[in-house]
Amino acid sequence: MSENTAGVEIARPSRGSIWNDRSARAVFYQALLIAAVVGAAYYLVSNTLDNLSEREIRTGFGFLDQEAGFFIGETVIPFDAADSYLRAFFVGLLNTLRVASIGIVFASIIGVVVGIARLSRNWLIAKMATVYVETVRNVPLLLQLFFWYSLITGALPAGQEALSPLPGIFLNKSGLAYAVPRYDLLHPYLIVAFAIGCIGAWLYRRWARARQEEAGEQRSIVLPVLALVLALPLAVFVLGGAPLALDMPEWQGFRYAGGDEITPEFMALLFGLTIYTAGFIAEIVRSGLLAVDWGQTEAALALGLRRGRVLRLVVLPQALRVIIPPITSQYLNITKNSSLAVAIGYPDLVSVTNTSLNQTGQAIECIAILMAVYLTISLAISTFMNWYNRLAALVEH
Amino acid sequence: MHAWRIIAAAGAIAMLAMTAQAGTLDDVRAKGFVQCGVNTGLAGFAIADSQGGWTGLDVDYCKAIAAAVLGDGDKVKYTPLSAQQRFTALQSGEIDVLSRNTTWTLTRDASLGLVFAGVTYFDGQGFMVPKSLGIASAYELDGAEVCVQTGTTTELNLADFFRSQGMSFKPVVYESLAESKVGFFNGRCQVYTTDASGLASIRAADAPNPDDYVILPEIISKEPLGPVVRRGDEQWFTIVKWVVYATIEAEEKGVTAANVDDTRANTTDPVVQRLLGTAGEMGALQGLDNDWAFNIIKSVGNYGEIFDRNVGPNTLLRLERGINALWTEGGLMYAMPAR
Repeated sequence: MSENTAGVEIARPSRGSIWNDRSARAVFYQALLIAAVVGAAYYLVSNTLDNLSEREIRTGFGFLDQEAGFFIGETVIPFDAADSYLRAFFVGLLNTLRVASIGIVFASIIGVVVGIARLSRNWLIAKMATVYVETVRNVPLLLQLFFWYSLITGALPAGQEALSPLPGIFLNKSGLAYAVPRYDLLHPYLIVAFAIGCIGAWLYRRWARARQEEAGEQRSIVLPVLALVLALPLAVFVLGGAPLALDMPEWQGFRYAGGDEITPEFMALLFGLTIYTAGFIAEIVRSGLLAVDWGQTEAALALGLRRGRVLRLVVLPQALRVIIPPITSQYLNITKNSSLAVAIGYPDLVSVTNTSLNQTGQAIECIAILMAVYLTISLAISTFMNWYNRLAALVEH
Repeated sequence: MHAWRIIAAAGAIAMLAMTAQAGTLDDVRAKGFVQCGVNTGLAGFAIADSQGGWTGLDVDYCKAIAAAVLGDGDKVKYTPLSAQQRFTALQSGEIDVLSRNTTWTLTRDASLGLVFAGVTYFDGQGFMVPKSLGIASAYELDGAEVCVQTGTTTELNLADFFRSQGMSFKPVVYESLAESKVGFFNGRCQVYTTDASGLASIRAADAPNPDDYVILPEIISKEPLGPVVRRGDEQWFTIVKWVVYATIEAEEKGVTAANVDDTRANTTDPVVQRLLGTAGEMGALQGLDNDWAFNIIKSVGNYGEIFDRNVGPNTLLRLERGINALWTEGGLMYAMPAR
């Protein structure tokens, strides 16, 4: 039964069997497909579990509580061989996030610079950028990682013959050891002062912009911002007694210990990932810039803006709409490509999972954890980038 | 009417599939060769030459198994496996036996669905350092950087040793054997650690100048290496176990590849007669021909010959018998009686 617009009931003619109704058929087919998928998944899982128990292979996630028994070369949080496998996975995850996040930042910076350089009117700069992009995009990443790793471990001096450009910095085959300030009670206050300075600088910039809109007065914001951001922490530092104690790296028979260090594995992975992905990001940026109508640049030049300002204020904001979706996949690629770290000895998540897999023999559980973690990281990155994309999108009416 | 027949047939096939797991001996006989998992490249144990032929101690035991089961030591196909893949390959049925310098441990015996069929080489873990560091003992390694391959007992023993001595170290963990060797010889780390036989092999075969490196005298763990088979297949397990014992018994009785024909024809020693098949039913009891041991010795020789040919004092590795000597000479090689 249905109603027409006047609210009077009209009887519909009978539709015959339910098979002839399109929506009923659609529901039926979808239910069938869901049943098939669920059935296949159930069959795979139950068959696997049956086979495993028949061959007396241990299953289950109980191994996560057991003592790991191995050390990890570099860790963000403290890790000992007596800690559990779960903590080992967490350490590997932090290592992966560390290299992926720093890689994303540097790759974006280098990619944008190289992308703009390819469009430069200077022939040499444009050609060099082209050569860089073409080389880097066409050589497999694993080979590039091996190249960087061999370069770093082969070319740097060994042991005590380390390069020491500044006192407290030592560069040798074992990595870059550098002095860090020893922890003092003043440090939290310094951080708070820096944060207050940043907020103050941001507020000042807003006020200066508002003044420009109202009264056309252009004020230089560079000096006041620098003053706010640097002067306040500096004042706190001096008032707190200027603690300058450093943890210096010292030679201890095999390597420089003390202070902090960056290992050659991390350096090679970071260089390799950054330079590889920057080549792709450069092409994406270039395509975004070329996508902005030439008329925009002409109009901006006609208004008397310098080329730098044209790029920064007119072209780049419009190019962002084209750039952001492909860059999302490049960011995801950096995160997933960091799993190649296992080939050059950096203890990322895949490396730690491999070791655990071998020691416990539980391949399926370990790989499942690995896949779940990478899926979560990738979904988080793409969610964030999609939100940013919506911010940068033009609102069309 | 039609549907229940299909369901019944599917159920029968499913049940057949579940029971088809046992019977590696039948599978090997059907396909005509033994699929053997070996190392990707460790001189003395399993290494391929430029024509694609394999040599090594583990390879010789693959040939011995093929000789016992199929009568011909050449009916083997080799699958090079990394430390990570080796157990999964055996569990899944991709290979019939794993002969890949694998250490016999409780965890591996109990929780992987695999069983060890004997020991072909009693080894232990050691350290190798460049001579230029002037280190004479493993107890002087506090704070060192150590190159090690992932997923091996080596990693765990390393951690245990340093913890027990209260020393600290930095592991540099590589996935592949090749990368770990390159890392050590490039100078990335000061110490390389693996089984002592592996150290000898790597120093002899991969070091730019073997005399620049010294293997420290301390052995920090027990590493009994031997072949591995799947759990649940008792017949195949028994066969592989007795292949190992046959080679040791042959050395004890002085039977070599050169004199095995003569010995079989002329011996009056009942023990040797039972071993070589002229008396008793030793082969038939296992499901094999009675000249199973004769074929083994004809193909690869006895344990002493296998040892000398691959890792002995006249090879690149220059290893002494040590604890791998026969029990009658103070070593640990002891064959159960074949009767």
